[in-house]
Amino acid sequence: MKKVMMGNHAISYGATLSRVQVISAYPITPQTQVVELLSEIVADQKLKAEFIKVESEHSAMAACIGASSAGARAFTATSAQGLALMHELLHWAAGARLPIVMADVNRAMAPPWTIWTDQNDSLSQRDTGWMQFYCQSNQEVLDSVIMAYKVAEKVLMPAMIVLDAFSLSHTYETVDIPDQALVDRYLPPFDFKYKLDVNDPHTYGGLTTPDWYMEFRIKMHEAMDQALVEIKKEAVEFEKVFGRRYDPVEPYMTEDADIVLVTSGTAASTARFAVDQMRRKGKRVGNLRVRTLRPFPFADIREHLKNAKKIAIIDRNISYGYHGIFAQEIKSALYGHSKAPVFNFIAGLGGRDIFPETIMNIVADVKKMKKPEQDLYWVEVKR
Amino acid sequence: MKPTLPLDELMSPGHLACQGCGAGIAMRTSLKALGHDTMFTFPACCWTVIDGPFPYSCLELPLLHMAFEATAATASGIKAAMRALGKDKTTICGWAGDGGTFDIGIQALSGAAERNDDIFYFCYDNEAYMNTGIQRSGATPYGAWTTTTPVKHFKKEVKKSIDDIVAAHKVPYQATASVAYPEDLYKKLVKAKEIRGFKFIHILAPCPPGWKARPEDTVKLARLAVQTGIFPVYEVEAGKYAQTMKTPSRKPVLEYLKLQGRFKHLKEEDVAEIQKIVDLRYAELEKRFQG
Repeated sequence: MKKVMMGNHAISYGATLSRVQVISAYPITPQTQVVELLSEIVADQKLKAEFIKVESEHSAMAACIGASSAGARAFTATSAQGLALMHELLHWAAGARLPIVMADVNRAMAPPWTIWTDQNDSLSQRDTGWMQFYCQSNQEVLDSVIMAYKVAEKVLMPAMIVLDAFSLSHTYETVDIPDQALVDRYLPPFDFKYKLDVNDPHTYGGLTTPDWYMEFRIKMHEAMDQALVEIKKEAVEFEKVFGRRYDPVEPYMTEDADIVLVTSGTAASTARFAVDQMRRKGKRVGNLRVRTLRPFPFADIREHLKNAKKIAIIDRNISYGYHGIFAQEIKSALYGHSKAPVFNFIAGLGGRDIFPETIMNIVADVKKMKKPEQDLYWVEVKR
Repeated sequence: MKPTLPLDELMSPGHLACQGCGAGIAMRTSLKALGHDTMFTFPACCWTVIDGPFPYSCLELPLLHMAFEATAATASGIKAAMRALGKDKTTICGWAGDGGTFDIGIQALSGAAERNDDIFYFCYDNEAYMNTGIQRSGATPYGAWTTTTPVKHFKKEVKKSIDDIVAAHKVPYQATASVAYPEDLYKKLVKAKEIRGFKFIHILAPCPPGWKARPEDTVKLARLAVQTGIFPVYEVEAGKYAQTMKTPSRKPVLEYLKLQGRFKHLKEEDVAEIQKIVDLRYAELEKRFQG
């Protein structure tokens, strides 16, 4: 069934179709509609789930950890400050190997107070052991929730669905809501082998000496490597059932492009539009959208950037005193594999719009330069 | 002879508690009432260590270790899952020390109490951060030495009234208990198990290393704390207070204080001050006991 909906409601429908059993959440702008709709769906008994209206995001994640440990499919959603407050427990969820799925509406961090989008909130959680999927449409948001549970429950690692504040969260798009029967066929019930069970009691997370700690960590790392394999497998499986495909990276006219843009989130759809415009004028430009940041798709990135003469990475985030964070990741993937100069642009922080013109100006600048004259370029910033 | 408590044990020997640990007695006694169909979550606390290092555990029950401030919310999450999975009968317990309850965990505790989530929240109270080496907490009493309230600057603030804070949430059941009176604790838990909603159990658990007391004095101290009125033992059921261990003639606080090195530095006037604090608090509670 097709319905026009905001990105936040696409998350709610994704969670509902995934038949989540415990929802635990705390409100924060711009995430609120996610939990508002879910609380209504649960109260109307259209979804058989427990909804814990907790007193903080920290407790939201704590309750998800408790629920998942007991064998329930657990869900939450947050944004910015809320995600930062959860930080300790993001490590805990991953370390405890719990396949929790969470939506993070990308909102810039305060101060100064802001509610608009950028990626510094989710990217600050890069090393917690959560899979991260950066979405560019409301359809992708809904579908990603379902796919994320499938992958997470296979490899026992948590997953974060990331969407831009307002430009997705509050933007209405047509979304195909898949049939529940199809989703049920695709996503079996969560059957947790390591759940808390009075008939088979175990202790989880107990004090571990240097003799064993590393062994837990290598297993997490291997699970993330396996997650990449599963994500690729599920891209095919999901397409078979629902007719839509989501790969870890999404190339657009990259094969013959002299300049390849690298983008993520909604900036990627803007970039694709800009590429079309520039192609009409005969400019050989392409776009590579990075959808999966963790696990990091090294091989795919190398493959799709191998023909690029110049690479322009647009980061809606900044690691102060370093570069954009996607740029760091991509440069590390390309080291020893590519001689193409890499240009890094910081754009759209705190919700400033990234227009097609913004992207065309970036391409025009890159065209003029043989190689970058500085480590990174701040786009359209007032001085 | 008829035993006053069940002989079944869900806590095995070989745990890592210190000699004379009150927290060990608190758990062992509680489990006799809670029984086999019970799950626990612990935050960082002495019991993180007492239970035993990976892969050992002295508890024959499922146990989820969790972060310091998360006990109540984690227990709420486990409970929600068990309801969703149709296993609503299992008793879900958060089991935290005083730091994890009075201080860092108070927000989650308040949240779960306000929601009236159907869980047990246990606080075994040894009156300081003992696991990290005896630092003062909001539960440390006036006059006590700790490593962060050294003798020259002993603790000048009174112990936080956590029981009153929980009572302000109007929870269906709450109780204080002392490890010196296991039958009292047992009876309270057997009763509370049948009550739906939030249950708060606050157990005084002496700590010989932290209190600078002799391990063989643990039960004696836990008893004196009640007999002096320092730690009145009572329950609150649907708002109604009842003193379960009566103390018609209270002993002077000095009898309790003098057995502990943490109070050794106190002068006569300091002891008098403590007596005053205890008398005031006791009078306040007595009014509630009388309804």
